[in-house]
Amino acid sequence: MSDKGTANVFSGFIAVVRRDLLLSWKRPGDILNPLFFFLMVCTLFPLAGGPTAEQLQLSGPGVMWVGALLATLLSLNSLFVSDYEDGSLDQLILSSQPLPLFALGKSTAHWLTNGVPLVLISPLIAIMFQMPVQTIVIMMVTLVFGTISLSLLGAIGSALTIGAHRASSLLSLLILPLAMPILIFGARTASLSMTNDPTAAGIYFLGAYCMFALSLAPFATAAALRICNE
Amino acid sequence: MTTLSGQSVSIIRGDRCLCRDLAFSVESGELLLIEGPNGSGKTSLLRGISGLLTLDTGELTLNGVPVSQIWQSFRGELIWLSHRVGFKADLNLSENLAFEKNLRSTSNTKLTSILKRLDLDQIATLPFGLLSAGQRRRAGLARLLMGAGRIWILDEPLTNLDASGQSLVQELITEHLASKGICIAASHGPLKVDATTHRIKLG
Repeated sequence: MSDKGTANVFSGFIAVVRRDLLLSWKRPGDILNPLFFFLMVCTLFPLAGGPTAEQLQLSGPGVMWVGALLATLLSLNSLFVSDYEDGSLDQLILSSQPLPLFALGKSTAHWLTNGVPLVLISPLIAIMFQMPVQTIVIMMVTLVFGTISLSLLGAIGSALTIGAHRASSLLSLLILPLAMPILIFGARTASLSMTNDPTAAGIYFLGAYCMFALSLAPFATAAALRICNE
Repeated sequence: MTTLSGQSVSIIRGDRCLCRDLAFSVESGELLLIEGPNGSGKTSLLRGISGLLTLDTGELTLNGVPVSQIWQSFRGELIWLSHRVGFKADLNLSENLAFEKNLRSTSNTKLTSILKRLDLDQIATLPFGLLSAGQRRRAGLARLLMGAGRIWILDEPLTNLDASGQSLVQELITEHLASKGICIAASHGPLKVDATTHRIKLG
């Protein structure tokens, strides 16, 4: 019986991931909007700031990280809203499967549709900011850990604000304090690699933060969904 | 034999007390009908029974065991249907129902025969968002036929449906009760079902 139980649990998780990926496939705007936002912030900044290679290299990691953070927040707003409005959240809560695994599935699908494209497009932007190859690699590594953490932590805020319409500012207020360490360590680690300083500590921190979010956020999200769906 | 009962159930929303010290009991093959005008708290009571809403006082028992101790198996028995059908507007009916299969235990009935019975086989490949309000409600009925849960909780099951749809719902409920299921329904109109019916009047 326990064997059957585990198989069922993961079938629920996989089903949510597959459904959300299918939904994104049918509505590509949801993926493209945050990505365009990220691209626009990063391309406009050098035009407004200085065009010299030194200035670009100096501001590059910071601008890219702020862009990535805001783009992720933008896409997190709608994570649970449609589930809440069409009643599928009721069905998820009333399912005999554990709600934290559904929450984890939602975060996973969000990362796959928002985090991964962002990471994949980052080298292009990094080249624009005249970053050396080792910095581009470090930038991508920090973005991988950072976007996973943001998808997980952002789900908590998104769940807490489902009842409040147009709550994007509220969501940002809730999530930004949790996202600050990611921003600081992400941008700083990438800057350090430019001057060939050791970067391992920053990456370890981001990895640890990511594991912390992975182990706690789904439970917090599930609790928030139960309360806010009442 | 399954018995679902509630003792001294109260629900307070904001500063309104929707029901106070309500007691009810419903057995296999019986219908519990919750009646009352709009806004009297029928949906809240149903949400309370299903566990979507925390009861302010009182508790539910399934065969004498408090539901709070057996949440998981209780949820496995439930099928919840309301005006928010819970299907994704961008997916078609078959895709929505395929997802549904992963949420709870399902009966062995073939999907095609379910869709045929509900007269939905022609529109199974259209995005759910394109369907009319009545078609959406009808599509929601697929959940009842697909699930293996014995406790049906239906919020205004007749709303938006045409005459044939309404008689279909009443037929489905009658069949479900005949096969020893439990049905709890909220309705402001009469529900023509030939079974033992308990009534709760709200408002």
